[in-house]
Amino acid sequence: MNYLNIFFSEFYKIIFLLLPVLVSVALIVWLDRRVWAFVQKRRGPNVVGPFGLLQTLADALKYIFKEIIIPASSNKVIFILAPIITLTLSLIAWAVIPFNEVMVLSNINVGILYLFAVSSLGVYGIIMAGWASNSKYPFLGAIRSAAQMVSYEVSIGIIIINVLLCVGSLNLSQIVLAQKDIWFIFPLFPMFVIFFISILAETNRPPFDLPEAESELVAGYQTEYSGMMYAMFWLGEYANILLLCALGSILFLGGWQSPIDIYPLTILPGVFWMIFKIVILFILVSLVKAIVPRYRFDQLMRLGWKIFLPFSLIWLVITASFLFFLDLLPT
Amino acid sequence: MLAHTLLFYFFSTVAVFSSLMVILSRNTVYSVFFLILVFVSISILFIMIGAEFLGMVMLIVYVGAVAVLFLFVVMMLNVAEKKNQKIVNKGLINNISVGSIVGLIIFFELLVVIGGWKYKGDFVSLSSISINDELTNTHALGNVLYTDYIHLFQIAGMILLVAMIGAITLTFKKRENIKKQNYFDQIGRDKESAVSLVEVESGKGVKIDD
Repeated sequence: MNYLNIFFSEFYKIIFLLLPVLVSVALIVWLDRRVWAFVQKRRGPNVVGPFGLLQTLADALKYIFKEIIIPASSNKVIFILAPIITLTLSLIAWAVIPFNEVMVLSNINVGILYLFAVSSLGVYGIIMAGWASNSKYPFLGAIRSAAQMVSYEVSIGIIIINVLLCVGSLNLSQIVLAQKDIWFIFPLFPMFVIFFISILAETNRPPFDLPEAESELVAGYQTEYSGMMYAMFWLGEYANILLLCALGSILFLGGWQSPIDIYPLTILPGVFWMIFKIVILFILVSLVKAIVPRYRFDQLMRLGWKIFLPFSLIWLVITASFLFFLDLLPT
Repeated sequence: MLAHTLLFYFFSTVAVFSSLMVILSRNTVYSVFFLILVFVSISILFIMIGAEFLGMVMLIVYVGAVAVLFLFVVMMLNVAEKKNQKIVNKGLINNISVGSIVGLIIFFELLVVIGGWKYKGDFVSLSSISINDELTNTHALGNVLYTDYIHLFQIAGMILLVAMIGAITLTFKKRENIKKQNYFDQIGRDKESAVSLVEVESGKGVKIDD
């Protein structure tokens, strides 16, 4: 009986975490398109529902009723497994994201490592999709994407180490609480910039959307997918972007804490600030999509390995020596 | 406790089954996927005994990096699925003999290591490592690795670094006659050097050097 109770209480918690995440993914797709349209002086989706808010729902309905086509020469098991893995991995990572002091599904000691591990597993969905499709463009897209994600993970890892040096804990709530006096964006501003650019590369967003560069590779690893399976890739991608925005706001923007600790700002709940910061970061991400042209692949690799990696390593040494010699190391 | 035991048996069964499938499956890509399953289930087992840091590092290093490279190599080499070829062929006797010799050596080594563990001297004395319940896993590991065993840890790191540099130098080839973009030249271009006005006579073209 005891197990059943635990099971159901956890089950409810998971449902009440996942439903808002999925709904906000739908809203964020709308926001992305609106921001994009705004920059290009278009209207964007504004017909379905108020301000076009239900546009994504309409799209999703369309995807559900489309036929799922599985190519005859594909490897069927892996072909079907790939979008499932992408979506699952982008959703399970939300388990450790703290929305305020108590609102977190599981407050584990190694939360940041868990997030890093899950986001490094995300590459499998793409490789599997590319390989199982058994056709040129998906395979090329998958190879590109894997190389890109593996390269940028390295610099993300070193940036995370930078923050962890200042915190002294791997727990995400501790990371947020350590920023009570000053957000890490101020002392570690160059790291924030690199982290932001690495987010774009890690989630295959423009200007680093080479895996699905339509002028070269049709749609990259998604070429052979249709209907609900395509929609799952698409959901997973946006959930991943949201997740990395949440990670960015936890690492650099003080998570659920209000900007200044004064009266009118502190009555707003922490959840509001957390979501506000995620949305601000996401608007930045979608602005980049609208204003920057696509990189070439060698430029992308050069940026990752020859600029970001050495720079973040040097910054790591600077941070460590600064903390050590000024005796600021957290105990 | 019951749920814990059941979960333990479930994940260890998955680990054993998929490690068998790594060598039994005909399709090399499937083999790599089963290898990933082994890594994941072992990291879950690590987490279940409370070694959360080891479990996560296992996921990040082995699944997130090593297995991706395996998968890359296997996909690139395009080792096709050999459906019709039977296991029994000419090299079988040879393979079995080599395989069993290697297996026996590994078994013997494991026996020596695990048997010798009982009689180990003061080389690694567990009693000198104080385990504090209040410290997290990561803290405790760091306290040991970066104090008592710092030299061994650094040597291990150096060996990995040397191996990495060695692999790069072995495969690095200076290629001639390729067009390369010099980024500083590219950024340093100005209007005067990049654009020039050319008078073109009608009926004749202009030769532009490339």
